[in-house]
Amino acid sequence: MNFANLFKIAVKALSNNKLRGFLTMLGIIIGVASVITMLAIGQGSKRSIQAEISEMGSNMIMIHPGGDRRGGVQLSADDMESLKLQDLEDIQTQTRFVTYVSPSVNSAGQAVYGANNTPTTIYGVNLDYLEIRRYRVGDGDSFSEQDIKTAAKVCLVGKTVVDELFPDGENPVGKIIRFGTIPFRIVGVLESKGYNSMGMDQDDLIIAPYTTVQKRILAITHLQEIICSALTEAYTDQAIDEISAILRENHRLKPSDEDDFSIRSQQEMASMLTSTTDMMTVLLAAVAGISLLVGGIGIMNIMYVSVTERTREIGLRMSIGAKGFDILAQFLIESILISVTGGLIGVLVGVGAAIAVNLIAAFPIYIQPWSVFLSFAVCTLTGVFFGWYPAQKAAMLDPIEALRYE
Amino acid sequence: MNTEKEIIRLENIRRDFHVGDETVHALRGVSFTIHEGEFVTIMGTSGSGKSTLLNTLGCLDSPTSGEYYLDGIPVRSMDKNQRATLRNRKIGFVFQNYNLLPKTTAVENVELPLMYNPSCSAAERRRRAIEALQAVGLGDRLQHRSNQMSGGQMQRVAIARALVNNPAVILADEATGNLDTRTSFEVLVLFQELHAAGRTIIFVTHNPEIAQYSSRNITLRDGHITGDTFNEHMLSAAEALARLPKPED
Repeated sequence: MNFANLFKIAVKALSNNKLRGFLTMLGIIIGVASVITMLAIGQGSKRSIQAEISEMGSNMIMIHPGGDRRGGVQLSADDMESLKLQDLEDIQTQTRFVTYVSPSVNSAGQAVYGANNTPTTIYGVNLDYLEIRRYRVGDGDSFSEQDIKTAAKVCLVGKTVVDELFPDGENPVGKIIRFGTIPFRIVGVLESKGYNSMGMDQDDLIIAPYTTVQKRILAITHLQEIICSALTEAYTDQAIDEISAILRENHRLKPSDEDDFSIRSQQEMASMLTSTTDMMTVLLAAVAGISLLVGGIGIMNIMYVSVTERTREIGLRMSIGAKGFDILAQFLIESILISVTGGLIGVLVGVGAAIAVNLIAAFPIYIQPWSVFLSFAVCTLTGVFFGWYPAQKAAMLDPIEALRYE
Repeated sequence: MNTEKEIIRLENIRRDFHVGDETVHALRGVSFTIHEGEFVTIMGTSGSGKSTLLNTLGCLDSPTSGEYYLDGIPVRSMDKNQRATLRNRKIGFVFQNYNLLPKTTAVENVELPLMYNPSCSAAERRRRAIEALQAVGLGDRLQHRSNQMSGGQMQRVAIARALVNNPAVILADEATGNLDTRTSFEVLVLFQELHAAGRTIIFVTHNPEIAQYSSRNITLRDGHITGDTFNEHMLSAAEALARLPKPED
């Protein structure tokens, strides 16, 4: 039997029942379209969160003093002075999976220039900080290693601070502002980073050498925080292990002692934030998958009805020379045609709906090519799987019985 | 007496059915030979084994014992697929209820048997279908759909479908059973024309009147052949049709 002929026969049979074919397809169309749309929405929001998090910094690892002690008296992390400059130096020199390391000391206060003032935070850091947090210097230059050594009163300012202190559009580079009572010379302006995913303004800050902030503002010698960046995201865990080992040794902790510091990574935050969207994606995909299954059962149902209804036709085809295989192939092709056509329309509808969601509701979407291929493959398999049994039933019919069927 | 080629040869065909514990003997040793160009009616009341015989002749069913040669080919040892191919090449069926595909044009209906013959190209198929329809006088209705035709026209399409594969034998099962008298005679005229053109036709019926228009009549009762007569004075269906009162409209 010629496959092209079987195909023609199946197409002809389907076109004889267009409405029914379409209604059967509808189940598949809705199933495929919803799988694609739901995955597009789920992946879209996940990606936008991930993008925002990676904007915050590159593979950041944050080390704070104080352990995660439960019960007992817990000192405020700021009061603990366990992080020392020595820790920073050891992390810089003794790790293999850490690229950038910066100390961080900060103080909130009022920045003043002329008649303008604004509340902001000053961060005392080293030059690695800019790399870790992905700040770029726009106008002017960064401060130098020499500035750090000498605890120079120089600073970089974020755009929000600039806007508040220089509302007339004056060039801030070279100007002297005061933070609290200390005068700082602005050596550069940071490029704007906007708000992060937790709603924090990343441009509302002043960056200065950590030595300056330690000595001239806070009058401390310890570090409030150490920020590092892992070699790559994949090495985050190794980097954390290395840092942890160094700190435990430096702090002379016995194996039974708890850490007197806590380490958090950007990866951790990212997975925390994306876990919700991951779950949402799985749930949506499950619901969509169920509707695809229902669509498949719809095909099976219709094919059964169709086989029963066309028993006489099957008998006739057999009497004029159709083999069991020909009948099987005809009905299988019919159900595959229904599901594949439905799948194609479903892909178009799904992609269209996802784009509509993006345009109308301004919701981030991302259409993953694999989700399109997967749902398309699933619905082809659906056609074969749910079409097989009715087709088999048709092929097994006895031509004599089938011809007499009323 | 007949020197023509043997188309059908039945040798002591028996067919038993098992219904529950009982065995029904539908055919109890049927033997006959049909030569090329014969127009045979097979008569019998219901329960005579007529349908079973038809199914056997049509290679739809296999006899329990005995041998059946169709155009010289032994059928009994064939499997289902071989018999399907044999039906496709050697047999043309005409049914009481036409069995045309719904919503399908006459020419597509007639093409159907050739769709299951891979050696027949699309162009060849179309050409032969048109020829067959012209042979039954429906050359001007090629694109009519089955639901746009009268019973007589539908049966003509069915006959064209039976002719299209140029079969060794045409098997008609009560082919005039659903038609009124006038249309029945029109169809009979067509069968006689095909007979005159040298076709071998087996016409199964319970209507004794039809036997007079065939060249040979086999009577079946309780699974046995009770009569096998050659009709020396075949009546002309065309004349009978002419004698019928004109339809009043």
